[in-house]
Amino acid sequence: MKERIQQYRIISNWQLADQVFEMELEGDSSWITHPGQFLNVTIDNAYLKRPISICDWNENGLTLIYKVVGFGTKQMSQKPPGTMLECLVGLGNGFTPEAFEEKRVLLVGGGVGVPPLYGLAKTCLKQGKQPVVILGFTSEKDIFYIKKFTDLGCDVKLSTNDGSQGVKGFVSDVMVQEGLTDLPYFACGPMPMLKAVWKTSNAQGQLSFEERMGCGFGACMGCSCETISGPKRICKEGPVLSSQEVLWTKD
Amino acid sequence: MDERLKVSLSGWQLDNPIIPASGTFGFGYEFTEFYDINILGSIATKGTTRDPRFGNPTPRIAECERGMINAVGLQNPGIDKVISEEFAKLKQVYHKQVVANVSGFSEEEYVECAKKMDAQDIVGILEINISCPNVHGGGMSFGVCPEAAAQITKAVKAVTRKPVYIKLSPNVTDIVAIAKACEEAGADGISMINTLLGARFDLRTGKPIIANVMGGFSGPAIKPVALRMVYQVYEAVKLPIIGIGGIACAEDVIEMMSAGATAVEIGAENLRNPYVCKEIIERLPSLMDELKIEKLSDIIGRAHQ
Repeated sequence: MKERIQQYRIISNWQLADQVFEMELEGDSSWITHPGQFLNVTIDNAYLKRPISICDWNENGLTLIYKVVGFGTKQMSQKPPGTMLECLVGLGNGFTPEAFEEKRVLLVGGGVGVPPLYGLAKTCLKQGKQPVVILGFTSEKDIFYIKKFTDLGCDVKLSTNDGSQGVKGFVSDVMVQEGLTDLPYFACGPMPMLKAVWKTSNAQGQLSFEERMGCGFGACMGCSCETISGPKRICKEGPVLSSQEVLWTKD
Repeated sequence: MDERLKVSLSGWQLDNPIIPASGTFGFGYEFTEFYDINILGSIATKGTTRDPRFGNPTPRIAECERGMINAVGLQNPGIDKVISEEFAKLKQVYHKQVVANVSGFSEEEYVECAKKMDAQDIVGILEINISCPNVHGGGMSFGVCPEAAAQITKAVKAVTRKPVYIKLSPNVTDIVAIAKACEEAGADGISMINTLLGARFDLRTGKPIIANVMGGFSGPAIKPVALRMVYQVYEAVKLPIIGIGGIACAEDVIEMMSAGATAVEIGAENLRNPYVCKEIIERLPSLMDELKIEKLSDIIGRAHQ
């Protein structure tokens, strides 16, 4: 039986944008089956682990991008390269771009919802798809990873809420302006963004949700949500849900 | 399997006293992705009600120092589906009996669930959670009043031949009086303690972190409270006690059994370390050697000798 608590060596850990850090880890990545899965980081002197989505991975390890929002993520940001990070791995279902026949697909990310879309973009390209990527940030200081997506060969569009770069407004405004409302979509970001994307699109898609979690592996039911097909645990049956099953019971 | 770890609850022989607590282990089968759950003494299954329940709105979880608050609100698919689907899945991977945890919001609901659980071979003992609000009794929890606790105990005992363990709430003035009332009403054992009511507030907004404001606080921080209460109840009643509250390692098991527990349930720790029950079972024999304990059953209630 595979040990699901893994030790990773931190290769790099540096600031990408305001409060946003990128951490490269060396260690087991064989458990990753889909982009959009996550792991749970052990924090010294904290009771619960911190769920962080996988941005990218290869045979040697994986990359996390996280925002410093409290005690746990602050501690992560202070860990120097060479030190170890303990993680509970193999969590979440992830995106399944193979579920769509269309070649052109839309990837929509907001803030720290952007990272899992990077691994997703790579997966889409491997499957012969042509991803159009819309990235939304609050302001110029929050922007990261645009070049990484363009370097992959993606068609990238940008919006900021204050208009300091790209289209002023929301990712859903870009969807309308650019005529992207009929493409199958994959979205990750804050709840209001997900809701706006879901409302704006005429197509079906997959949405990755965030919720306060206890365990991260389906035991505590702390992160449940109601869906058309019954209650689902964001950590176990999610974090990615189909646009056809989402019930918007909260903002 | 180590013979030295064996204990017995109301005539039911357990390979060891380690039981994951209700609400922290789902219906058990989820944990087969971590280890073979047949090594466990038993499993206390997710709190089951008559009707399906989604539970409370999210956020339902708040981290605390050495613990956490949960306000899940008894999410479960209802007793019929628990039996037809969840127990069916569990039976495929688990070959022992379970501690079936049952909740209700009225006496009739407890009785209906107890009757249905009584017919299940997989059920070793019934664990009755009396911490739920009584919807016909002004919403006050059955568990805060000796008369109401006794009433539920009697009603459940009347419809089952399985041993009935009452799971006590610590959010009461006198837990000993409630344990005694359950004993007099015919309970076969006591499970204790349930979570302590707690709350946390966001520093930036000042608002509650939990959507429901309050929730059940559990984790190592509550261990001294649990030990104290188990000690007091052991003094006052003759029933076997399943000790619950903050147990996170083999040392905690020894301490809880010394206070008076015959077996233990491990709750919150499963959520931060899914391997904890396995680790405790593997660690116990060498710890017993260090402490010169021959058999675990020898130390039950030794604090009182």
